[in-house]
Amino acid sequence: MTRTPRALLVFHISFACFMLAPLVVVALVSMTDKGYVALPFDGASLRWYRAILHAPDFIDAFWRSIGLAATAATIATLVAIPAGIAIAWHRFPGRDVVLGLLLSPLMVPHVVLGISLLRFLTQIGASSTLWGLAVAHTVIVLPYVLRLIIAGATGFDRSLAQAGYSLGASAWTVFLRIELPLILPGVAGGWLIAFINSFDELTMSVFVASATTETLPVKMYNHIAHTIDPLVASISTVLIVMTLILMVILDRFYGLDRILAGKSK
Amino acid sequence: MTPSRNTLPFWLSAPSLLLTMAFVALPLVMTLSLSLYPYDLTTGIGDGMTLTNYRDIVIDEYFHAIFARTFGMAMLVTVICILIGLPEAYVLSRLSSRWRSVSLVIVLGPLLISVVVRTLGWAVLLGNEGILNNALRAIGIIDEPIRLMFTFTGTVVALVHVLVPFMVLAIWASLQKLDPATEHAAESLGANQITILRRIVFPQVIPGVLSGSLIVFALSASAFATPAIIGGRRLKVVPTTIYDEFLGSLNWPLGAALAVTLLVIVLTCSLAMNRFVEWRYRQVFQ
Repeated sequence: MTRTPRALLVFHISFACFMLAPLVVVALVSMTDKGYVALPFDGASLRWYRAILHAPDFIDAFWRSIGLAATAATIATLVAIPAGIAIAWHRFPGRDVVLGLLLSPLMVPHVVLGISLLRFLTQIGASSTLWGLAVAHTVIVLPYVLRLIIAGATGFDRSLAQAGYSLGASAWTVFLRIELPLILPGVAGGWLIAFINSFDELTMSVFVASATTETLPVKMYNHIAHTIDPLVASISTVLIVMTLILMVILDRFYGLDRILAGKSK
Repeated sequence: MTPSRNTLPFWLSAPSLLLTMAFVALPLVMTLSLSLYPYDLTTGIGDGMTLTNYRDIVIDEYFHAIFARTFGMAMLVTVICILIGLPEAYVLSRLSSRWRSVSLVIVLGPLLISVVVRTLGWAVLLGNEGILNNALRAIGIIDEPIRLMFTFTGTVVALVHVLVPFMVLAIWASLQKLDPATEHAAESLGANQITILRRIVFPQVIPGVLSGSLIVFALSASAFATPAIIGGRRLKVVPTTIYDEFLGSLNWPLGAALAVTLLVIVLTCSLAMNRFVEWRYRQVFQ
C-alpha cells in the first residue's frame, strides 16, 4: 500500500480535534474555582467535584438511570433471545413481517415515541411511574438487542445442535448446553448496547419522565436549559471518564467498531 | 416437521411482538387519533373529528418556516457529514492497526457519550463569552464576538459533531468489504492514486454513503436536545415545537398532528431512499 498523503493526515488530525474539542472543554471548565463557566480561569480547583456530593438529586437521578438501563436491557434481552432465535434459525411464513415489525421502532423519531407513550401511559394510569418508564425504555432498546442477537445466531453451525439431538439430548438441554453458550457473545453485546442506549436516552424520556422519575440525562437537560454552571460540567466529566473506561474494556473484548455498529440505526 | 414445530417461531417471537404492538404501535395509533381532535384555548380538547390541526400546519406560515428550517438543516448536516465523513473513513482504513484503534476511540467513542454532554460542550465553546469567541478575539481575527449560540450555524456545527460518527461508521463498514486486490490491480495497470480513488474505491463505498446519509438525515430531522440547547427558543425546529405544544401550551392535538407530519415525512424519505438503494444496487445484494 502506498503512503497516506500528508493532506489526508492533516485532515485526520483536524477531524480528531473537532471530535474532542467539546469534550475537552467540558473537562477544563469543570476545574474552575469560580462560580461560573469561563475559560481561561485563574485558579484550578476540584470544588465542583465536591459539589456533586452535595447534589443528592443528581446522584439519585444517576442511580435511577443505572437501574432503569439495567432493567430495560435485561427485559429486552430476555424477550429478544427467543425472537432472535426464531428469526435466525427458522423459515416461517411472515418471518419478514415479524422482523420488520420488531425493528420498526428504529424508524420512529424519539420525540414521536415520547408524546405517544406520554399519552398512552397517562390513559392507562401509569404516567410518572418508574415501571412505565422502564417499559418505554425496553421497547426502544429492543431492536438494538435483537439485531445483535440475530447477527450472532446467523453465523452459527447448526450441525452442533443436530449432534446434541442425535446423542439423545432434549430440545431444552440442547438450547441450554449448546445453543445458548454459542450465541452468548451476541447476547452480551446486545445487552450492553441496550444498557448504553437506555442510559443516554433523552428525547423520549423528557416526555415520559416526571419530576419524581427524572433520569440523569433529563435532569441534566432541564438544568442546562435553565443555566449552564460548572456543576453540570463536572458531572459531565465524570460521565465522560466512565464512558472512556467502559470503551477501553469494550475494545479489549469486542473491538469498538463491532459494538458501535450495533448502535447505529 | 410436526405442526407444533411450525408454530414454534411464532411463540418464540410472541413476547417481543406483544411488547412492540402494545407500547409502540398502539400508542402511535392513539397519537394519530389525538391529532384529529379539535382544540380550544378555553375548553381544551373537544369532541368530534376534524382536520383543523393539519390545516393549520399546511396553511400557517409559522409552521412552514419551522418545517423548512428542520429539513433544510437536516439536509445541510447530511451533506457536511458526507464531505468530512468520507475522507475520514478512508484515512481510518489506511492507518496502521495501533493508530487505528486510538483513532476509532476518538472518532466513534463520542457516540457512547450522552448527547446532552456533547451539546453542553458546544454551548460552552460557542457562547458570546465562549471559548471560540474569546480565542478569536485574543489573536485579533475579530473585534466583535460572532453570534453562534442560538443561530442556525451553531446548531448545524453541533449537530454535525453529534451525527458524523454514524456516517464514518457506515462508510467504514463498506470500506472493510472492499477487496484490496482491486486497488492493486488498478495500480499495476498504471492508474494513479486519484484515479484509483475515483474509479475503484469511491463507486464501491456509495452504498455506505447512502445508508449513512439515511441515518444522519433521519436523526438530524428528529434531533431534540441539540437544537433545543444550541438553537434555543428563537430557532425552533419541529421536535422542539412539538415539545412546546405538549409541555408548554398544552395543545396536545396540534402537537400530535405535528408529530404525525414529522413521522410521515421522515418515513417517506427513509423508505424512498431504501427503495432507491435496493433498486440501484440490486446486483450487489444478490
